[in-house]
Amino acid sequence: MRFSQHRGGWLITLSFVLALALSIIPLPVMLELVRPEWMAMVLIYWCMAVPSRVGVSIGWLVGLLLDVSRDALLGQYALAFALIAFLTLHLHQRLRVFPIWQQALSVAVLIMLECLVVLWVKGLTGQSPGFWKIMLPAFSSLFFWPVIYLVLRHVRRTYNVS
Amino acid sequence: MTLDHRTDYVRHVRAGVAVLVYPLQYVVSLPANFLDWTGETLASRETLQEHNADLRRENQTLRSQLHKLTFIEAENRHLRELLQSSKRIGERVLIAELLSVDLDPYRRQVVINKGEQDDLLYRGQPIVDAYGVMGTLVHVNPYSSTAMLITDPNHALPVQVNRNGLRTVAVGTGSEGLLELQHLPNNADIQVGDLLVTSGLGCVFPAGYPAARVVEVDTNPSLPFMHVIAEPLAQLDRSREVLLVWPSLESLPGVSNPCSYAVEETP
Repeated sequence: MRFSQHRGGWLITLSFVLALALSIIPLPVMLELVRPEWMAMVLIYWCMAVPSRVGVSIGWLVGLLLDVSRDALLGQYALAFALIAFLTLHLHQRLRVFPIWQQALSVAVLIMLECLVVLWVKGLTGQSPGFWKIMLPAFSSLFFWPVIYLVLRHVRRTYNVS
Repeated sequence: MTLDHRTDYVRHVRAGVAVLVYPLQYVVSLPANFLDWTGETLASRETLQEHNADLRRENQTLRSQLHKLTFIEAENRHLRELLQSSKRIGERVLIAELLSVDLDPYRRQVVINKGEQDDLLYRGQPIVDAYGVMGTLVHVNPYSSTAMLITDPNHALPVQVNRNGLRTVAVGTGSEGLLELQHLPNNADIQVGDLLVTSGLGCVFPAGYPAARVVEVDTNPSLPFMHVIAEPLAQLDRSREVLLVWPSLESLPGVSNPCSYAVEETP
């Protein structure tokens, strides 16, 4: 019974690994600033789709991975991701029934919150790049959310991840 | 986060997670390496021959200059012994390769493929390329390390003007390829085109490595300091290979080296 309840854990892991790869892949300097927050979007999707499996602790761990791979202050993304995982868990029933554009807007707001936490930590440690610049990933994530959503939903339905 | 910012206790946590992330960073940088490799493999025979001839010519010139240099070095050592000042021996170096991965876009950092497992790397170790100083290591992990480039806004490099020995500090601006020389009085003797070399103060970089060239000098009498901008000589965005340097800090008996504390502190 337990086995049938939890399936496709490797797919969730794989999606996070791919998202991490996308968030460190080299881009031209101009595009680097608007790189969408792949990790955050994948985290939000899984929190929304399978809230019983992916939650605050997974968010924290994934954030720690991103911290190390971006060489940020240890815990900066972990904190931000734990926060958005918490909020998504709270909102997941509402998010699920939203039309996709409304979902994208909510996701953008969540990612803005994440950027805000990162900006706050950076400001405290004396390396603040400025408010609007750091919000750029939230805007680009807005456009990439439908892609992430459709791809991950397809994966989830095909392999019956639950 | 406070622990990481203020102290060094969580170093091992970071190193542990970095080992997990390293294979991924390696895989991500493969396509870029592959492009370089194909570029080299598909180069035509004539290009290679030309390149080879160029290199041979350059090698010959450099070698003749080296003969002169050994003589000067011996003379220098002799004079330094007479002066009872600290000896400078050839520094030990190790070649490392950059991984093509992106880090935080608002900082200037790079990942290199050498870590604790390869050699005795330490935090604060200088890295240079063939043209000049590049930066210092900030995190040393088992198989990889992260280095802060000299253009990072958190990086300051003690330099001196090669022409007249004027000492100053070159601070990174965060924008690609620009350094700022802060706190130079308006009457300081500095010109566009001046070469800046490391001064060795601060005990991180060995003295005498070329660092940057002054590109803009702006004097405004109403401001207390000059506005001086310099361009790093190292190819910060193009280098694929870097040199890790171990500055030699051996001094003569009876003369304490002011930099020896920097070595004792390193883990």
